[in-house]
Amino acid sequence: MIDLVNVRKSFGDLEVLKDINIHINDGEIYGIIGQSGAGKSTLLRCINGLESYDSGSIIVDDKPVTSNKKELRALRKDMGMIFQNFNLLSRLDVYENVALPMKFWGIDSKTPESKQKIENLIKLVGLKDKMHAKPAELSGGQMQRVAIARALINDPKVLLCDEATSALDPRITKEILQLLQKVHDELGITIVVVTHQMEVVKQLCERVAFLKHGVVLAEGKPEELFVHPSDDIKKFLGEEGTSLPNEGVNIQLFFTEDSNEPVVSEMARDLDVDFSICWAKLEDFRANVYGSLIINIENKDKFKVLEYLDAKNVKWEVL
Amino acid sequence: MWDVILKATGETLYMVFFSTLIAVLLGMIPAVILTLTAPDGLKPNRVVYGILDVIVNVFRSFPFIILMVIVIPLTRAIAGKSIGTTAALVPLTLYAIPFIARVFENALRETDSGVIEAAKSFGATDMQIIWRVYIKESVPRLLNGITLLIINMVGASAMAGTIGGGGLGDVAIRKGYQSYSVAYLVVTSIILIILVQLVQGIGNALYKKKA
Repeated sequence: MIDLVNVRKSFGDLEVLKDINIHINDGEIYGIIGQSGAGKSTLLRCINGLESYDSGSIIVDDKPVTSNKKELRALRKDMGMIFQNFNLLSRLDVYENVALPMKFWGIDSKTPESKQKIENLIKLVGLKDKMHAKPAELSGGQMQRVAIARALINDPKVLLCDEATSALDPRITKEILQLLQKVHDELGITIVVVTHQMEVVKQLCERVAFLKHGVVLAEGKPEELFVHPSDDIKKFLGEEGTSLPNEGVNIQLFFTEDSNEPVVSEMARDLDVDFSICWAKLEDFRANVYGSLIINIENKDKFKVLEYLDAKNVKWEVL
Repeated sequence: MWDVILKATGETLYMVFFSTLIAVLLGMIPAVILTLTAPDGLKPNRVVYGILDVIVNVFRSFPFIILMVIVIPLTRAIAGKSIGTTAALVPLTLYAIPFIARVFENALRETDSGVIEAAKSFGATDMQIIWRVYIKESVPRLLNGITLLIINMVGASAMAGTIGGGGLGDVAIRKGYQSYSVAYLVVTSIILIILVQLVQGIGNALYKKKA
């Protein structure tokens, strides 16, 4: 259980957290979403004391997060963390990276039990055949898998994810999210996710807080928050002023940087269907550019269009 | 001629090896302190960093030949005499320590701050972060620094010849320059070139292996 009560924090004159109140239940997957600069990463860092806070209180499992170094260290044993840039040690292989936090706690990583544990975690994240690969030999998704195994090695009760999928492409993001879901299901661990990606919240979170300028503007189930979003959230999603046709089927298509094919016009030719474009956008998500398009088609064409899109490897969503 | 050259090469290697060894061991201490107290370090401390920073800069400002003269009293106190190969180790090491301290500091501070934060988040103590993250992650860069130092020390040890340190530089000056023996000049130069090439080659290979 994580309890944040009236938490405030400033960097100089800049107030980054203004009176934050959040309660996260045991075993919950909780999301904190917002734009860059909303204060969400700072908030997450306050939970394991990487960042101090000015006033209010943060309680994790009945223990306050203080500035006392010893208490903080003890608290961190129960909290694993993964990062946007994975933060693996470049000179250690997968196995050694996963074993590292054990060494920080004086746990002998060479005993048969320890070895078993390390190997099991590496298997859990699906990197059995990469046991002794160096981070430089791994893809981003694989590196994050290692980071997840590393974060779990000391059996934490909480896993903190700081923009853990922001540097990954959508497909890998999905895989990582599936892995986090699996970890949650198998270990019953509490997961706190900070992200600016809607997909993350949509796919993973049971509850979500929408943070803007250091204030929690909305909190609740993702579907409650984002199906009928408030103006602020619409603005965050970049969807203000979108009105979609009520007839037929609205399908939202997602394009990544590498999809240069004119899929939509090809589809019109290949399938001989008519459609109208209702809405389109191009967005920057750090390293990647994502395009998105909403088309409206007749109900009878729905199945073959979706099949076609799948065949073309285009991500879609029926709205 | 060849026995003179051989002896001189031995002296050069002796001076370079021991001054490097001592400087690496002693230079790591200020390097770690500088890294910790730097503004982006684990324990930022403007005063400690500032003072140490100035000391390192002051010592690095001296050309070796001047430093050698200035520290003669110290050399005498430590080595018992101010002339000879062993005595030359004192100014050589004093010259090498601030150099390697700065190079090591730069190497250590290049450690990815995210990795340090990750270590912190897993409950690593400051000492564990210094050893397991800063130093171990920086090994290739530290090796590069040592290569650089050795090559510098080959050059400096040649100058040490002027205070009777012996070595290849001494032979080149006395036999080659002052007695007009081109052969000595050429041979000592070639040996110095080979030494530097060898050190750089080994250094590069180690860097690749450890990276």
